[in-house]
Parts: sequence; structure tokens; C-alpha cells
Amino acid sequence: MKIILNNREEELTGERMTITRMLELKKFTFRMRIIRVNGKLIPRDEYDSTMVNNGDNIEMIYLMSGG
Amino acid sequence: MKIREIENRLKKFRVGIAGAGGLGSNCAAALARAGVGSFVIADFDIVDDSNLSRQYYFSRQVGMLKTEALKENLIAIRPGLEVTVHNRRLDVTNIPSVFQGCDVIVEAFDSAEMKEMIIETVCRVYPETPLVVGSGLAGWGMTDLLKCRQIDRHLFICGDETSETSDEMPPLAPRVGIVANMQANTVLEILLNKPAS
Repeated sequence: MKIILNNREEELTGERMTITRMLELKKFTFRMRIIRVNGKLIPRDEYDSTMVNNGDNIEMIYLMSGG
Repeated sequence: MKIREIENRLKKFRVGIAGAGGLGSNCAAALARAGVGSFVIADFDIVDDSNLSRQYYFSRQVGMLKTEALKENLIAIRPGLEVTVHNRRLDVTNIPSVFQGCDVIVEAFDSAEMKEMIIETVCRVYPETPLVVGSGLAGWGMTDLLKCRQIDRHLFICGDETSETSDEMPPLAPRVGIVANMQANTVLEILLNKPAS
């Protein structure tokens, strides 16, 4: 399926998957971030239950330590 | 808008400062000078010698609670300010009551985990309250990488979104101050665009 990830088109194997699976496929494992799917903020405890579908617009905003 | 009108408008607003380190202390100082009338400041830490490299404290304040030291400094700038302090570690359960009634909340934590926690909490509990986050301020130089962008109607992120503090990339006064002032500038933009009540 195709998604838009941070304004870039990305191809993922599969038709529909959880956010957790998408992060595994993209090997995004370490950094702290917030994720928005089609403009809606998805809390971390919903990554296993929220589905990403073909055509979805995914935004990842990285949170860096320091303040 | 003339300075008198700006100050008259700003003094009616209350800004929440979540963390009184480099971002929170400098952001609050800028907002106090600009004329914001009321602050809620939350932090659990005390002023340490090592903080003086970038945080809005003075050597005689080492050992004081950061909340109390920042309150003292803000009131030294503008004696009429209303400053409420919470000497506690913020979490999902206390953020709603601590920042109740704030017109804008400034995220000024050190750890990325805490940044994520407050974004999730404020978006859930106070979806109509603007939140201004700082992310990416380590090191020196690279001034042109610092930016501020609006993520959605009520979420703003200031910083380079890439640099992480470490032993080799410590936070230093100029970049921390720039990001803190970008956050303050964003707060002013939000407040001065709000219809006068």
C-alpha cells in the first residue's frame, strides 16, 4: 500500500496494518515522537489498535531531549 | 498595535510554564517583559551551579527551588505579576489541575518522554488550549536550522527537531535562549490574535 509519510510517498508491503507494525517495517524504533494519522494525534497506547490504511497521511514529529 | 495596547491585552492572560529549566525560565522572562500578567509555573528541581550556563537564574539562587527562584526573578522584572507555583513533578494525573485556566501552555521539559506525555495529555484533556513545544536546541551555531511551525490548530513546535543534548552536544545559552524566545514569540502571536474578551 501507499502512504504519505512526512510529505513523502512511501510504499509498504501489505494492505492495512497497525501503527506498531508500520514502525517495525520502517525500522523506526528508538526516537521519541508523536504520530498523527490524517491529522489526528494517536497516543502511544493506541499504536497497537490504530490501523494505517492505503492513502493515509502519516506525520511523525520527533521529540528531542533538552530543555 | 501600540505598546500600551499590547501590554493592556497581554496582562489579562495566564500562561502555563511546564518545567522551569532553560526553556521555561527564559520563555517566562520574555513573556513577563512583554506584558503577560499571570503565570503558572511547575517544576520539582532546585537551581544548581551547572544550570547557570543557560537558565534564567543567578549564582545567589543556587539551592533554591526553581519555581521560587523564577517567581522571584519574574516579579523583579514586573512587581505586579501574578505567579502561581507548583513544586511537583508533572504527570498525566496532575497536569489537568495544575494548568486549569491557562490561556496557553508552554512545554519546557528536558526529557523527550515528558514532552510526549504532555502533548498527549493536553491534546486529550484541553484540546482547545494551545500548546507550544520546544524540541531540538542542543549545541551551538546552526542558527538557521531553528524554526517554529504550527502542527495543527493548537499545537506548535519550536526548535530544530533534530539535535539531542548529550555530553558532546550540551545545551548552551544562545540556542536555548533562541528556542525559548521563539516559544515566547509564538505565545504572543496566539494571545494577540485572540479576540479581546
